Amino acid sequence: MHDLILFAQSRGGYWLPPPDSSTAGDVDRVFYFILGVASFFFVLIVALMCLFVILYRRRPGVEAPGSASHNNLLEITWTIIPVILVVIMFYMGFTTYLDIRTSPRQAYDIRVVGQKWSWVFSYPNGHVAPELHVPVDRPVRLTMTSEDVIHSLFIPAFRVKMDLVPGRYTTTWFHPLRAGTYDLYCTEYCGTGHSDMLSKVVVHKPGEFETWLEQAANLLASMTPVEAGAELTRRNGCLTCHSTDGTAKVGPSFKGIYGQRHTFTNGTSAEVDDNYIRQSILEPMALIRQGYQPAMPTYKGRLKDQEITAIIEYIESLK
Amino acid sequence: MSDLLTEPRPAAAPSMDNYLTHARGFWSWALTLDHKRIGVMYLVSIVASFFLGGLFAELIRTELIGPGRTIMGKDMYNQVFTLHGAVMVFLFIIPGIPAALGNFVLPIMLGAKDVAFPRLNLASYYLWIVGAVFFVFVLVLGGLDTGWTFYTPYSTTTDTRVVLAVTGAFILGFSSIFTGLNFIATIHMLRPPGMTWFRLPLFLWALYATALIQVLATPVLGITLFLVGVERLLGLGIFDPKLGGDPVLFQHFFWFYSHPAVYIMILPGMGIISEVISVFSRKHIFGYKFIAISSIAIALLGFLVWGHHMFTSGQSKLASVIFSALTFSVSIPSAIKVFNWLATMYKGSIALLTPMLYALTFIFLFGIGGLTGLFLGALATDVHLHDTYFIVAHFHYVMVGGTLSAFLAGIHYWWPKITGRMYSEFWGRIGALMVFVGFNLTFFPQFALGSRGMPRRYYDYGEMLGEHPEFYGYHFLSTLGSYLLGIALFLVMIYLIASLFNGHRAVANPWGGATLEWQCSSPPPHDNFPVQPHVGDPYAVRNFQYDPDVGGYVRVAQTAKPEHPLHPSAH
Repeated sequence: MHDLILFAQSRGGYWLPPPDSSTAGDVDRVFYFILGVASFFFVLIVALMCLFVILYRRRPGVEAPGSASHNNLLEITWTIIPVILVVIMFYMGFTTYLDIRTSPRQAYDIRVVGQKWSWVFSYPNGHVAPELHVPVDRPVRLTMTSEDVIHSLFIPAFRVKMDLVPGRYTTTWFHPLRAGTYDLYCTEYCGTGHSDMLSKVVVHKPGEFETWLEQAANLLASMTPVEAGAELTRRNGCLTCHSTDGTAKVGPSFKGIYGQRHTFTNGTSAEVDDNYIRQSILEPMALIRQGYQPAMPTYKGRLKDQEITAIIEYIESLK
Repeated sequence: MSDLLTEPRPAAAPSMDNYLTHARGFWSWALTLDHKRIGVMYLVSIVASFFLGGLFAELIRTELIGPGRTIMGKDMYNQVFTLHGAVMVFLFIIPGIPAALGNFVLPIMLGAKDVAFPRLNLASYYLWIVGAVFFVFVLVLGGLDTGWTFYTPYSTTTDTRVVLAVTGAFILGFSSIFTGLNFIATIHMLRPPGMTWFRLPLFLWALYATALIQVLATPVLGITLFLVGVERLLGLGIFDPKLGGDPVLFQHFFWFYSHPAVYIMILPGMGIISEVISVFSRKHIFGYKFIAISSIAIALLGFLVWGHHMFTSGQSKLASVIFSALTFSVSIPSAIKVFNWLATMYKGSIALLTPMLYALTFIFLFGIGGLTGLFLGALATDVHLHDTYFIVAHFHYVMVGGTLSAFLAGIHYWWPKITGRMYSEFWGRIGALMVFVGFNLTFFPQFALGSRGMPRRYYDYGEMLGEHPEFYGYHFLSTLGSYLLGIALFLVMIYLIASLFNGHRAVANPWGGATLEWQCSSPPPHDNFPVQPHVGDPYAVRNFQYDPDVGGYVRVAQTAKPEHPLHPSAH
């Protein structure tokens, strides 16, 4: 059972992971203040309870000593003290919340689209990636929406969370303090692959973010179409639902699919060729293969023609 | 502890006519208008639902015992946690205490022969059955994977049985409204002479406050679920943005009911605890009026805090700030109650019998549940903790640690009255201890799991172990705890059922309660009271003394100094 003691070796305090954004420390301060007050009252209540149970346990033939059945001064006291404490808690939570929700004007803008069950982060130069890459020590603002159902972006190390709601934009921001890689989770239940909707935040060292962005955006120029297609299926979240090793996930596997003949839920059938793959990417609801759910979002307007061609060549290469 | 207390001697056989023997045969139960029989039917039905919901809980915990697939696939897991929540909330916790225990006890505590509208009461039960049948259909005909919250647009686009499920919940809502209406009318209209508002036992104040919420909030849930059904069937754009609707609107509607519903779940439990603490401490309840008023305050303030479920939903900053402030205001009446219970125990004569053990369990667990709510009411910390296991642990401490403990306290407290039999005190205490240990082992690790970042409703955490190896250990402990809790609850069911066959016969007043239900025989006669009962201060427990000849408590002449300024009733 060495796993049971693994938490002792993990980073951070017992209750919270290490605070790695500019506002995380303030959030933790509120957390530990409430923890202190709550622990004090809990220990007080349980200690009194145990004390009374021992001191005033029932003894045969002895009637309870008894005491007054009400005392306004006492009752008002234990009403007023909690009121004062919760007002302080409210105020601390409120001011820190305004900091979390108010992004600085000069923040670096990244757009986020959530879809079943992957993340699409779009950078100002048009590049898209399934991971969130940001420069260290600079505020970053995320403007987010969803393709399908509600998702929620959660980065525990930064103490930020915000829902992605279809049909509207929501924003959140953070200011990472240290270079490194952090977990990013979906925290609004979104169906079959909810627990697969994981990604990473890569916080680059000073100066390295710009280099990464330039190289990453220039995919088709620096790679063969098959290589680029492989990278594109990874970045666009295709691999969440389509495997490349023949196992069926939410969607059919890419392996060996090219040239197969499939029957659809509307009774027709067709061979998987270039045009069929292209249509499946742009209008995924048009033909649903038998035995699978109509779950795929459209990539119309999100992939360039050259990129679609690269993906088709990649799929064809997976014999 | 006196042996006389733990092993009451057999009492004389009960009077020929009690509500169980009054009429016989299937139809005498199925068409009964007796609130006691309806209460018993509710009790059997909701306990069956509880074990169904509990089975789903054990399946969830078994799947999560280790990373990767354990016993089921992703879609199955999503259906199991949805049905666990839906069955527990709609079929067990909401009707649990009011419809089962409340139905049985309320008219007797009040000194009435029945509820105000006995036929409505029976109708409420059959609506519950119809609603439950819909849930069984959902289970058989392809399941439900929306979570019990039915969030749109997921619920309007998934291909599982949403319309069936919302119809079931809609019908269950009416069952709840009928019960609430009946209780309000009964408490207003059927109080006997001498039963003034401030002589109502605190359980009745709690049921009254609960009934207010049931009547005022449940219609909103009904309308909301109806709109979800309409959107799915007719394609009307209400919540789905693809049709021009607003998904966040659904959350406002849903929580406008479902947050007050949290108080439907916990208020009756608090009422039971007020009764049990006073009787088993042999002390007048401390601060009667503060507790009574705090029930009403919780019910009313509970209507104004729904937005605290939506701090990360994109609702405006101003709305979030106001909801946070209002949320903290609800914590005060709850704190008042806890302090009053402690003050009641002060200088009492405390008997650690099974109902009292559950009452102390309630204070311990509800203490944790309530205090962890402070982290979630505060805006900055809620953003981090929302939709993680911290929330899961918090509301299970309130709903299971709170409501289930109170339900078990109530079951054991009124079991002699309901069945006319005494259960085994020895097994009762073993069961209470196991419930306490099993519950904490299940849910305490989930606080750390959540505050360290584990989201709720996750099928798997294998990929997260790289950064968070500790998640495995917490999940493992939690699952072990859930098995212990499950075994404990089975044990409770077994010794309670066994008591029906081999338990000692119960006397009228085995614990020394001063409320009216202890003045009629156990089990009560069909009409509750052969003569108009003597209405006095419901917490003048010292007016009842243990009589070894009877094997229970009997009223003594009021020579003892009055414990409370209320005058004895002008009978």
